[in-house]
Amino acid sequence: MSAGAAKIPVTVAEVTPVNELVTRFKFVRRDGGPMPTFSGGAHTVVEMNDRDRVRRNPYSIMSDPGDRGAYSISIRRDDNGRGGSLFMHRQVRPGMEMVISNPVNLFALDLRARKHLLLAGGIGITPFLAQIKQLSAMNGNFELHYSVRSASLASYADELVANHRSRVHLYHDERGEQIDLPALLDGQPLGTHVYVCGPKGMIAWVRNTATALGWPREAVHHEEFLAPASGKPFEVMLARSNKLIRVGEHQSLLEAIEAAGVEAPYLCRGGACGQCETDVLEHEGTFLHKDHWLTPTQCASGTKIMPCVSRFEGRTLVLDR
Amino acid sequence: MSCGESQPKRSRGSKSVLEGSIPSRPVYGVLEIRPGRLHLMVADAEGAEAILDLAASAPADFFAAAHIIYLPKKSGDRFVARLQQLVPAQLYVGPSYDAALPRLRRVLAGAHMGLQVYLAGTEGLMGQAMLEVTQAGVPHSAIQTEHRGSTVRRVQCVHCKGITEEVTHDPFQCAHCGLHLFVRDHYSRRIAAFQGVRVDAEDPGNIPESVERFR
Ligand code: FES
Repeated sequence: MSAGAAKIPVTVAEVTPVNELVTRFKFVRRDGGPMPTFSGGAHTVVEMNDRDRVRRNPYSIMSDPGDRGAYSISIRRDDNGRGGSLFMHRQVRPGMEMVISNPVNLFALDLRARKHLLLAGGIGITPFLAQIKQLSAMNGNFELHYSVRSASLASYADELVANHRSRVHLYHDERGEQIDLPALLDGQPLGTHVYVCGPKGMIAWVRNTATALGWPREAVHHEEFLAPASGKPFEVMLARSNKLIRVGEHQSLLEAIEAAGVEAPYLCRGGACGQCETDVLEHEGTFLHKDHWLTPTQCASGTKIMPCVSRFEGRTLVLDR
Repeated sequence: MSCGESQPKRSRGSKSVLEGSIPSRPVYGVLEIRPGRLHLMVADAEGAEAILDLAASAPADFFAAAHIIYLPKKSGDRFVARLQQLVPAQLYVGPSYDAALPRLRRVLAGAHMGLQVYLAGTEGLMGQAMLEVTQAGVPHSAIQTEHRGSTVRRVQCVHCKGITEEVTHDPFQCAHCGLHLFVRDHYSRRIAAFQGVRVDAEDPGNIPESVERFR
């Protein structure tokens, strides 16, 4: 059963604490074979068997795209999240068998760019670690601006500075340092592409500043996986499968569909890829659209929902699934 | 009707409606003001009117950051004085695209992100300038275009690869190898030209009467 990308049975090879909040996990194939090729910016969906439920969370692959021996990801612990990162931090040990998905890239480098300007905030550094390895291997022109809370939480900053001193710029919130974004964007040569991965506010800031300065939309790339929001439980009728299901407070609609044994497509599970788009056949109530896939018109039409992140409040919801 | 037969309809002023056909055939829009640190405008003949129309909605200091490259061609000095009145940072008036090319390349070489590009006039001019600008690193979908004036086409002979400028008739005779070519709507962005294919390939000498399709 696979409604996302093809799956890879893996063994956890290493679990390495990076700092107080971040832990790195390394996966190798159980059959000893090579991992599928991927390009910098790709993510994998990690399946977690957490007691009676299966969690599936997307994480950027941070290892070298040139190395097919293993995949590494880094996960920041979120004590207030729904539990995926806590499961990884507390339960996962070397030697454990897990299942991850084939890589999917929604944040690829545009290789036509003359220069790649990478802007990272916090754990948003992970896709760039793979991209930087890819860019270094092809002698690409890049510059990283990395904003961290404090020196002790600056994951991989030492390694980046040691390997690419002239291309890496660090900003510590703690010292009141901030990227001078208008000045940085303003001086870039024609053909530069900017990539941003970090908190919501940072992404919006970069996109808006670039637009105001006349950057073409095609030259501004961002990645943000939304965590499914919690909310009031609600009931959903799955018309094609003829099942009435209940979506729990801390469960996503997609998770509830999967728990009922119904296959539903997905790739990012974070409201970004469009893969899980589902037709609404009937509804009486209000949609809580959380994705950044549907257009405002589609949201207003009441005919579509992205079950990986969006919810519903009301009496009836019938989906074509 | 075959896919090649799209007769342009005349409408007001220098605007003509180009009918859409196959997907590779470029479509053009209407220039609009966008934020930018430098506004590069390349226009020929009646393309000047698109710039003048744009100026009507431009903020006061807009043209202080504008560089206009203008090729009057048959319209002579009809629009030049009005372009001057916009007081652009630079206005170049030149005899041909080839003459203007070194300047265009120099502007692009020194340009930064935030450059806005506006192309107006004939398809041949816009196509060639688009090629130059995309090669400098601007995504083609970020370049604004507006068709004005003549609908003559720049056509590449698929047999000898020679390019004939300002084609008005269909079929026409290739300026390089002399074959009679049917003007296809198939457009190549890589060479900024439509494709011309031998019209009597299967029945040599059987050449349909040539009609004026582009003026
Ligand atoms: S799975 Fe990607 S948007 Fe829902």
